Amino acid sequence: MLNNVDVTAATTAAQSAPPSGGAPVELENLTRRFAATTALDGFTLRIEPAEFVALLGPSGCGKTTALRVLAGFERPDRGRVMVDGVDVSGIPAQHRDMGMVFQSYSLFPNMTARDNVAFGLRLRRQKGPQRRSRAHELLELVGLAEHVSKYPHQLSGGQQQRVALARALAIEPRVLLLDEPLSALDAKVRAELRDQIRELQQRLSITTVFVTHDQEEALSMADRVCVMSRGKSEQIATPSELYSKPATPFVAEFVGVSSRVNVERTGDRVHLFGRDVKIRGEDFRLDLAVMDALLRPEDVDVAVASDGLGVVVHRSFLGATTRLEIGIGGESVKADVMSSAAGEFELGTRVSLSVNAPDVLVTEQRPVR
Amino acid sequence: MASLDLDYTLDSVEPMEPFDRGRRRKIRWGRGIILAAAALYFIIPFYAAMQFSLEDIQGHFSLQPLTELFSQPGFLSATWLSTQLAVVTMVLTMLLMVPTVIYVHLRMPRFRPAMEAITTLPIIIPPIVLIVGVLEASPLWLKSSPYLLALVYVVLAMPFVYRSLDAGLGALDVKTLVEASRSLGSNWFSTIVRVLVPNLRSALLSASVLTLALVFGEFTMASLDNWTTIPVWIAFAPTVNPRINTLVAMIFLLVTVVVLMLLVSFDRSQSRRTRSN
Amino acid sequence: MTDLATDTGTSPSGVRGEVPRPKRLAGALVRSIRTSAPVAPFALYVLLGLGIPTLVIIIFAFRSNAGHFTTDNMKTILSGGQYLTGFETSLKLAFVTSVASGVVGTFVAYAIATSKHDLFKRLIAATSGVLANFGGVNLAFMFIASFGPAGIATKWLASAGINPWNHGFNLYRFWGVAFVYMYFQLPLMVLIITPAFHGLRESWREAAENLGASSWRYWRHVGLPVLMPSVLGSMLLLFGSGFAAYATAEALTTGTIALTPIQIGAILQGNVLAGQANIAYALGFMMIVILLITVLAYSLLRRRSSKWLR
Repeated sequence: MLNNVDVTAATTAAQSAPPSGGAPVELENLTRRFAATTALDGFTLRIEPAEFVALLGPSGCGKTTALRVLAGFERPDRGRVMVDGVDVSGIPAQHRDMGMVFQSYSLFPNMTARDNVAFGLRLRRQKGPQRRSRAHELLELVGLAEHVSKYPHQLSGGQQQRVALARALAIEPRVLLLDEPLSALDAKVRAELRDQIRELQQRLSITTVFVTHDQEEALSMADRVCVMSRGKSEQIATPSELYSKPATPFVAEFVGVSSRVNVERTGDRVHLFGRDVKIRGEDFRLDLAVMDALLRPEDVDVAVASDGLGVVVHRSFLGATTRLEIGIGGESVKADVMSSAAGEFELGTRVSLSVNAPDVLVTEQRPVR
Repeated sequence: MASLDLDYTLDSVEPMEPFDRGRRRKIRWGRGIILAAAALYFIIPFYAAMQFSLEDIQGHFSLQPLTELFSQPGFLSATWLSTQLAVVTMVLTMLLMVPTVIYVHLRMPRFRPAMEAITTLPIIIPPIVLIVGVLEASPLWLKSSPYLLALVYVVLAMPFVYRSLDAGLGALDVKTLVEASRSLGSNWFSTIVRVLVPNLRSALLSASVLTLALVFGEFTMASLDNWTTIPVWIAFAPTVNPRINTLVAMIFLLVTVVVLMLLVSFDRSQSRRTRSN
Repeated sequence: MTDLATDTGTSPSGVRGEVPRPKRLAGALVRSIRTSAPVAPFALYVLLGLGIPTLVIIIFAFRSNAGHFTTDNMKTILSGGQYLTGFETSLKLAFVTSVASGVVGTFVAYAIATSKHDLFKRLIAATSGVLANFGGVNLAFMFIASFGPAGIATKWLASAGINPWNHGFNLYRFWGVAFVYMYFQLPLMVLIITPAFHGLRESWREAAENLGASSWRYWRHVGLPVLMPSVLGSMLLLFGSGFAAYATAEALTTGTIALTPIQIGAILQGNVLAGQANIAYALGFMMIVILLITVLAYSLLRRRSSKWLR
């Protein structure tokens, strides 16, 4: 979407738009209960200035609630919110000076794109011509210069979200909040907007919190990702760390693909595929004799072996790699091989597996159904 | 002219809970005052009229008007006439509208806007005007029968009956139900009667109650066509005690309100839908 | 989505383009007749019950007593005198009750819609439905019994020191009738406008607040503008309702104020000079015209607002 012309225009626009600056944000021990459910349970997160943090988790994990508490739409039962060192917990959303992009349909239908973007400025009593030119600037920034006079119902979903983004940025907020802004869009538009949002955020150096349930989005956009479950954070780390060193079984299974294999433990090792492999992590429940190991497809090596204990039960062509599903010992293990070498792994082939990693993450056994 | 749309739920309008407690309290007060004022406007005349109708000459509470009611000349025959008209109107309306609306839903979806427009016509041609044309255009044999009124009432009932059925059908997956029923070997008649109608129970019920309320409350055409239905009786019957006329009026209002309230409170399908929202 | 009514099907030779057009059109016509056939009873009923009487009214409105075409009836009405006064009063009554109900009803509907008690909301919806349809005679008698000169509520107020009748209140005159009309106009407004509040998305409210808008500014810049077409449209419907009402006014006033529906009734009942029958048709015709304009304006407004709220 950002062709050469757009990039030049956008760069010029960005240079004239002063960087909103990032303020550090602290969410301290937030707890919020709704009737029977606990949406946030002592949730804590510290965000550096100009950092892009993604809140990632399944629905119901509390990520949206956390964002709304930060924005000021929800009041936590306990805990506080600090922005730039100031406790803003008692300040209503109206005065928190944050820009928010909602999931969908948040543009005011009775206003054009320009008026939508200028709305925040109008509330701050900026004069007409000034408002209009700033709105035009921002709409150029998001690549919608020719659509300034259009009404929301005349714009596509992707365009609407870009206007929403421009509108949030117009007030030069200290923090930018995005509540699953791409979830309602189709895949191609989603991918384009993803890049555009990230680029804008970096150019403007604005502290950003991005809520999503799509791990691809989170991993590709964020500086750090906070994986949440049941109102708590499971792990807060950079995308690569999250992927290669998941701290908890939840993270391992939620981020990326993993397989579970039942193993016996001896000391700090487990017996996996005929060999002993070290257990990852220090503080671990080493009192269990039998556990489950969590393996990534790329950590498992497959070799054709007539005496192998595994059998290829399924193949999925994923492009550069082919994902094999191996049935072994009553369990299913996913393993990736290069598609060029996948020819020998027809269904029913006997194979042997081995682990291609220095250590392996383990967790409690899955309860037998 | 109004239609009762029992099927929309009001719970998607969220009250915006303002952040600070002071504003919250102020808004709750404002809302309360508005509702209280409106409630007063609606309850006071009702209560006062009820008191009026159940009093004796000295102004004390008395059930005398109630007991005198049935001996009033013309009351029973007016009730009987209204009842007959109500039954005929309801039967005719259902026979006419139910198959038509189902068919339009299934096979002629493009016709739905036209149907909505047609059933809006009674708003453009109100009873006072319609009766003029009806009286002129009807043959004598029809004019001398009270059932002419029933025939016209069907037209008056169309707006809300259509809306009710349309909304009720809209909430079902009619196509799937019909296909399932027909694939199991049912013919059209029993599909309608055994599959669709039971699922339309609440829509049919509310449409029937409103039709009933319409017939028992319709004064304009009945009076100008010179038939003494209940409303006409209330307005013109020379009774010993004017309280009696008012009493009848109040009874009918009370009954319809109570019935509709019960309908809404016990409508299981409605609450199911609300919960799933 | 295949619509059987317009499905042209294939020709015997299997290729659509080869069949001559007239034959294809005839086939389509037959098919669409067959598809629409089950709707015939309904169409017939509407034609007979609504169409023919209306036609009669339109024709007779322009008929003289001798049976010729004439515009005399219309001239009589529009040139002044009691019939023109009747129209003016009727229009004024409709306007006053629709505006008052429109404004008050919007607030009431909002107060109800934002309440958190589900059963309460549904009960109100049901009650509104009933009250909006509340028959004229019952309503009139209820008000006579409560606020009439000998009414109970009047007595209550009198014993408190203020008898409204002594201070210019008259149930049987214009403002009294308007007061009574509110009893069904207000519920009607609540009924019609409540769905419009659904269309006000929560995200607009939150977005406005996030950008720094107070509640008042939200309503001023977003809420009210978005609601306005619906509110105006609803008021148009109320206008039609107030204009066309007969029973309430008749039972209340028995002719003490000039209203068009009352005048029509009077002619039908023969309480007027002989030879005036055609005036009734002309009056009816005028009412149809006014109501038609009202409903057209309403549907135009609705179409515009639904575009926005998609």
